[in-house]
Amino acid sequence: MLSTTDIISGITKGSIRAVARALSKVENGTPDAIDLLDAIFASQRGFTIGVTGPPGAGKSTLVNRMITRYRNSGNSVGVIAVDPSSPFTGGALLGDRIRMQSHATDSKVFIRSMGSRGHLGGLSGATRDASIVLSAAGYTPVIIETVGVGQAEVEVAGLADITLLVLVPGLGDDVQSMKAGIMEIGDIIVLNKSDRSGIDQLENYVKASLDLMPAGLKRPEVVRVSAANGEGLEDLWGAVDRLSATHSEKDKILRSAVKTMNQILQENGILFSEKLLELEYNGRETVEKLILAGRLTPYAVGKKLLERAERMFEHNGSK
Amino acid sequence: MNRKIRILIGKPGLDGHDRGAKYIARALRDAGMEVVYTGIRQTPEAIADAAIQEDVDFVGISLLSGAHNHLFPEVARILREKDASDIILFGGGVIPEEDIPGLKEAGYSAIFTPGTPAAEVVEFINDQMEKRQ
Repeated sequence: MLSTTDIISGITKGSIRAVARALSKVENGTPDAIDLLDAIFASQRGFTIGVTGPPGAGKSTLVNRMITRYRNSGNSVGVIAVDPSSPFTGGALLGDRIRMQSHATDSKVFIRSMGSRGHLGGLSGATRDASIVLSAAGYTPVIIETVGVGQAEVEVAGLADITLLVLVPGLGDDVQSMKAGIMEIGDIIVLNKSDRSGIDQLENYVKASLDLMPAGLKRPEVVRVSAANGEGLEDLWGAVDRLSATHSEKDKILRSAVKTMNQILQENGILFSEKLLELEYNGRETVEKLILAGRLTPYAVGKKLLERAERMFEHNGSK
Repeated sequence: MNRKIRILIGKPGLDGHDRGAKYIARALRDAGMEVVYTGIRQTPEAIADAAIQEDVDFVGISLLSGAHNHLFPEVARILREKDASDIILFGGGVIPEEDIPGLKEAGYSAIFTPGTPAAEVVEFINDQMEKRQ
């Protein structure tokens, strides 16, 4: 068994086994995961690219192309591929590797499949921490492939430096592209399967919808590709490079540090609430029963917990 | 802690008959496990490398071509060589009774032949996990 210290030094030396173990620790939320992330946080080097879009849009095929592209320029590449977990059994079939087989024995490509494990938003709860592990191990870029998303799973945009939204012809009329949410998160909108009929129409819809974007928002580039046969990929890489050049590596990591802190504050909020629930109501299960029995409203619970927290702060002295 | 049993299902060699592999993958998923499926025609190296990156508890290999006496031990050998012999191996497919002792010798904890109910594989995995703890 590798110790936490072994894992930390292994990550910075690029040991595949150490990286794999670290990813399991952050995914399983083991007690030493926070110390591990703290120790490696400053070693992050690269940038992250998010790839999102509806099921069957060709995300994995595009990621496979992207791996080749960065490998050809000598980079090591990390991939986190998230697939949905069953809300009933918790099980998951993780099949994104199938389309990335051409890199199966390349030791400079690290692919990790993750189940969403009940997390909504297109990622798993541990995706951010996993990308920090891969980045600290020297994988640059780290590519994050979301589950096949619908209209509102926009979380990846808050995590990745560059987000690619992959769309394909035939998914619906122009009203779909007018809906808020998914259409607003792409830094680049990739129109994949450019050899299919309906591609012109799709491009028209997308561009028309972008024309109506509120002033002041950055308009995404729209690029047509066929990830399967390689057409248009050079244009896409050009667009990615232009975006990536607007921030220095250091800049990106520091910006992501602020984002990470904000997310950790939210996560801590949940942890604190759980502790307060424990103190006030003997835990979540009891309070859920009370709510289901109609004896408490959710608002009353929220208020009670805040009051309890305030009393605790007063008691301990706030300064 | 949010620990899940992770399993890689791989198909080495040249036969493309992956119905059995997919059937088992699906059954394990429905038993609440996380199953990484790598697809057909994988080299033993590719299966071992994927298993290490994915940090799985088990690797299950399916083969119907008859090359099991070569390919099964090969996966086990590479995993040992890469310091990952803690991963538990099992196999399935059209495997003659007389070949099973040799495969067990090579590091396979179980070999499942055609007709095995999926529940038996699930039980095997749960037993092995219990023994490990």
